[in-house]
Formats: sequence, structure tokens, C-alpha cells
Amino acid sequence: MAEKILEIKNLQTHFTSDSGVVKAVDGVTITVNKGETVGVVGESGCGKSVTSLSVMRLLKDTPGKIVGGTIEFEGKNLEAISEKEMRLIRGNEIAMIFQEPMTSLNPVYKIGRQIAEAVQLHLKYDKRQAREHAINMLKLVGIPRAEEIVDEFPYQLSGGMRQRVMIAMAMACKPKLLIADEPTTALDVTIQAQILDLMRKLSKEGDTAIMLITHDLGVVAEMCDRVVVMYAGKVVEEADVFTIFENPKHPYTEGLLYSVPKLGQKVDRLDSIPGNVPTPSNMPEGCKFAPRCPKVMDICRQQDPDLLLIDKEHTCRCWLYQNSEVLEV
Amino acid sequence: MEAPLVEVKNLKKYFPKNKGLFGGKKFFVKAVDDVSFTIKKGETLGLVGESGCGKSTTGRMLMRLLDPTEGQILFEGNEISSLNDNQIRDIRKEFQMVFQDPYASLNPRMKVSDIIAEPLIVHGYPKEKREERVQHLLEVVGLNAYHADRFPHEFSGGQRQRIGIARALAVNPKLIVADEPVSALDVSIQSQILNLLKDLQEEFNLTYLFIAHDLSVVEHISDRVGVMYLGKIVELADKDNLYKEPLHPYTKALLSAVPVPNPRLKRERIILTGDIPSPSNPPSGCTFHTRCPFAMEECKKVVPQLKEISDRHFVSCHLY
Ligand SMILES: Nc1ncnc2c1ncn2[C@@H]1O[C@H](COP(=O)(O)OP(=O)(O)OP(=O)(O)O)[C@@H](O)[C@H]1O
Ligand SMILES: Nc1ncnc2c1ncn2[C@@H]1O[C@H](COP(=O)(O)OP(=O)(O)OP(=O)(O)O)[C@@H](O)[C@H]1O
Ligand SMILES: [Mg+2]
Ligand SMILES: [Mg+2]
Repeated sequence: MAEKILEIKNLQTHFTSDSGVVKAVDGVTITVNKGETVGVVGESGCGKSVTSLSVMRLLKDTPGKIVGGTIEFEGKNLEAISEKEMRLIRGNEIAMIFQEPMTSLNPVYKIGRQIAEAVQLHLKYDKRQAREHAINMLKLVGIPRAEEIVDEFPYQLSGGMRQRVMIAMAMACKPKLLIADEPTTALDVTIQAQILDLMRKLSKEGDTAIMLITHDLGVVAEMCDRVVVMYAGKVVEEADVFTIFENPKHPYTEGLLYSVPKLGQKVDRLDSIPGNVPTPSNMPEGCKFAPRCPKVMDICRQQDPDLLLIDKEHTCRCWLYQNSEVLEV
Repeated sequence: MEAPLVEVKNLKKYFPKNKGLFGGKKFFVKAVDDVSFTIKKGETLGLVGESGCGKSTTGRMLMRLLDPTEGQILFEGNEISSLNDNQIRDIRKEFQMVFQDPYASLNPRMKVSDIIAEPLIVHGYPKEKREERVQHLLEVVGLNAYHADRFPHEFSGGQRQRIGIARALAVNPKLIVADEPVSALDVSIQSQILNLLKDLQEEFNLTYLFIAHDLSVVEHISDRVGVMYLGKIVELADKDNLYKEPLHPYTKALLSAVPVPNPRLKRERIILTGDIPSPSNPPSGCTFHTRCPFAMEECKKVVPQLKEISDRHFVSCHLY
């Protein structure tokens, strides 16, 4: 039996403001086992980043609050430990690559200092060792002139270089769990291949578990063991990577797979799922995908389906399958 | 023949750097090093290439957000690279940019409706029609009135990208430089935005410089594609030719590295070995020779020129 490293159960993270409550994450259950790579995909705005920020306990500066569910890391309830304990875990045992590098790189510190600080704190390196380690990490993620870059500021780097600095920082402490939020979106495909290779190595050799958030289904196909599909704050389907690509059950997953642009595909217009994601103020009753679903039934508009086990290790939240022989998750 | 909307001639951007703390020898990061291309009205030129090869810098110079070190930029036949700020303001409206890093390019203290209205105000759009226009633009990019009163930090990465697109479209520009406009979006919204960009192009005869690293997206949207490596264009061709018959070894490596959405497919990759060279000290001869699987003696010494190998297919490589 695989050893669980991260277990998110029915997480609910809501943002409250004068204009009401935004249920950004509203029923997310994700398990990541040791050494495993789990992909998280879903519509822009469906709560992927907020889920990872919840795990990292980085919602402090936002009006966001975890209002339900649990997050366990190696059996420890991350909500219950002190901030001091959390600081030792964050960046060390759990590292995160953020979606937008500029939000997490400090614009007034040189690159080298930012990497070295994390390393000094967690790996107990002295200043010189930390700087050397920083340069090595930059080389590892394919940054040319690493010796110069350590002494430059974030604004002097290209978008993809900033992203690789983030990756270097996250990997510098050999974490047990790496949460990578769109780690390669700003990179060209040859560097992407190199970074993915590096992540694969980290997962094989260091037994690092990876939660990989990406919208690039090609990357998912290459990297992931299992895939979690989210829509409007909820997990709507989860299965192993082959099942997701070859036998998807949720109509949203099907639509997503149709929309992928492929090389050599000669079409005038790309397929896409018609309509837009519902806004928080305008959440439909029942299944959140119903207004855009090609297979919608009456019941879908009235009642939200549960996330049910529809096959071995295959869960789905859809009324089409609620009457099959199912097990409650 | 109609004059191109944009013509770029021998464009260069060298960023000065001081080596060491105490002045020392001055040297340069050659971010863009002698780039020439044209874009016809209503055409989409795709620009792909290694991270850090100078794509954004090229785009920013076109937008006149950066001064070129050398070279010319002609817009509708008029030289714009030497205009001063005042003269620029009059033609600014004609070109707009969608920025790569949506977070860094949106003012965090402004509401989304104000962000989108800003170019309308700057360019004197009638006040009474402004709100309606903002409303319309939000809908065009798949957001709505609910989002208008919110601040950028309340949005997800992909939603922010769409705000940037709405802002760029606001004043009906002639040219849009789109720097990774869809890379933060999930595939379904990505398809919607790409379809939208195509519709807008047809309707308003828009011209795009489309920078992206996703080769299937670029293939879909572009008429012609330029491939950049270390500050230079190494291949430039009609999209069909480039994808069917890539000539430059770097283009071949790029195409072979595209991840395919099929978990059972193990692809034959051209893995590039060798150190990634630095734009402050580029290799001699062909700058790609340090990583090229076909490098010959000549490549180390002689800089290859961009040559037309077949109809409108340009490549700079000694193999041809
Ligand atoms: N600070 C905040 N205040 C209010 N709402 C927020 C805040 N941060 C995020 N949200 C909302 O929470 C929802 C989920 O956002 P999140 O960033 O998790 O999306 P995502 O799935 O990562 O999307 P993307 O693929 O575009 O990055 C969005 O509707 C967003 O508007
Ligand atoms: N303001 C600046 N000061 C100094 N160097 C810079 C500056 N802006 C860019 N550079 C350098 O110029 C080179 C090209 O950067 P540019 O942003 O154009 O790359 P890019 O092709 O857009 O890459 P990416 O795909 O990663 O966005 C890089 O080596 C970068 O470090
Ligand atoms: Mg996100
Ligand atoms: Mg760029």
C-alpha cells in the first residue's frame, strides 16, 4: 500500500469581502503518495492555486480562510501546528513553485541572496556554501551565466529565467513534497523538457512527491501518475493518467481533452467548451457545470452530485454515474 | 505591392552591464542582435524561441517601450524608432501590447474597470460611452460585470491575463504585440481566446506579433513563424513550410520537444546537449554551434547569414 504524504480532505477555502463570499475552493479531496506525481488540471479560476496556498498556509495576507476540511502532511494536521513549526516545513519539506514568479521573488534583493537565504535557513549552510549551492542550482535549471545572474535583480531577467530561478529555489532544499503551480508555462519546450526531466529525477532519486498544477495536457501525459480534474472549486474527476486520457467520464474532462490544440491539426477554429465559468455571485444551483454541459439532465440543475467512486480508483462527480453501482468516497 | 504595416531592420538591443562591483570593464548583454522582419497588414507573425532569446525585448522595442540600440522600425512606412515621447503619444493608440507577466503589468490599486478604461481615457474616448465599452470588452474576453469592480489580486492567473487582453483591445489598435497571451490559460479558455483573436483579426483587419512558446498554439494562429535563438532570427517561413519542413537544427529540436497529450506515446526527442550560451558572451561563428548535433568546423568560425532557401523560407545555417 502506497504511503500517503499529503492528504487533502474536502477542503473549503472561502474569501469573504463586502460584496459577499467567494467559495474559491469548495470540496477538494486530493491524496498524494510518496514519490508519486499527481497532476491537477481545470478551468482557469477553479481554485488550483488557492488549494496550494491553503496547503502552504499562505493565505494570511488575503481575506481567504479555510472554513472546512483537513490537510495532513505525513499524518500531521497542518492547520493545527504553530507558525514556527510551519516555517520549518515550508520551503524545506514542502516547497512550492509559484505560478507568477514576480509575486514571490523580492524585487529589491539579488537573485543569489534569495536562493541562499532559503538554503542557509534549511540546510544550515554558511554564506559561501549557500552562494555556491545557489549558483549550482541555477546551472541545473539551465540558466546561462549563472555566476553573473546571482548578482542581478529579478527585473533584469526574462520571464522564463525568473521562472527557473523559482524552480531552483524550490528544489534547492530537496523537499519531500513539491507543489509546482504551472512551473513551465513561461518556458520554451526544450528548456521545459529539461526542467521536467529534472523534476522526474528529483522524484525518482529523492523520492519527492509532486503535485503538478498545469493546463498543458501534454505535460500531464508525460509526467503524471494520477490526474485530478477540478471545476468551479470542486474535484470533478480523478483517475490514473491512462484512464483520464482514454476513458474520461466527466463531460468537463471530455471537453477539456477536445480543446487541446495539437501539432499539425489543420482547423480554422479550435474546439472549446461553450460558455463561461460561472462567477461566484452567480453560481448555478446543482452541478456547477450544468449550464455548459452537453449531456445535462433535469436533475443536474437541481442538485449537486457527489464525488463517487465509479470504478477502481476512479472517482467522478456527475449525475450520469450516480446511479451506477457506486461506493461513497 | 502594399507596404508592410511593420518593418523592422537590423534591430539591436544591447543592455550595458558593469562587470564587478567597481566599474571594471563594461560589457553588454546582446538581447537582440540584428533582427529584421516585416509584418503585413492583417497578418500574424509568430515568434518562438528559447527562453531569454530576446522575444519580449523585440516586442517591447516595437511598442517603443524600449529604445533600440541600433536599427529601424517602420510603422506604416514611417520611421518610429527615433520619435520622441511626444510624437510617440500620437501613434501609441495604434499599437498595444498584451504583457507576458499579467501580475506585474496590472496596477494593483486599480479596479479592473479602471484598468480597462485607462487607455480609453488617455486616447479621448467619449466619456458617456466608456462604461458601455468596458462592459463590452469584459464580455469579449469572457469576464463580466461582476469582475469589473474587483482588484487584480482577486483574480486567478488566467483571469488576469484576460484583463490584459481586454485592455489591449480597448482602443481598436492596428497592431497588437501579444507576449505569451494564452500561456496562463487552460486549454478550453485558450481555444476561446485564440478563436476570439482570429475573429477580431478578421473583423478589424488586425495585425499580430504573437510571441509564445507553445508551438501548436503558434501553428494555429500564425501565417508566418520566426524562430529566434540568442538574439537572432535563425529561421523564418510560412507556417506550413516551417512545421512540415523545418530546416534549422534548433527548429527541429524545438518541434521534437513538444509534449504530446498521449500518455502511451514515448517520443523520440532531439536532446540538446552542451551549455546554454550567454548573450553577454555569445559563441563565435554560428551561436548555436555549441549545442548543434550537426556542427561543422565552419560553424565555429563563420557567422551564417539568413538566406532564402526556397520560396519565402529563410534560414541561417551552414548546412544549406
Ligand atoms: N485574494 C483573493 N480575494 C478574492 N478572491 C480571490 C482571491 N484569490 C483568488 N480568488 C478567487 O478564487 C478563485 C480561484 O482562484 P485560483 O487562483 O485558485 O484559480 P486557479 O485555478 O489557480 O486559476 P488559474 O489556472 O487561472 O491560475 C478565483 O475565482 C479567484 O477570483
Ligand atoms: N532591463 C534589462 N536589463 C538587463 N538585461 C535585460 C533586461 N531585460 C532583458 N534583459 C536580458 O535580455 C535577454 C533577453 O530577454 P527577453 O525578456 O527579451 O527574453 P525572452 O525571449 O522574452 O524570454 P522568455 O521566453 O523567457 O520570456 C535576457 O538575457 C535578459 O536577461
Ligand atoms: Mg492558478
Ligand atoms: Mg519574454
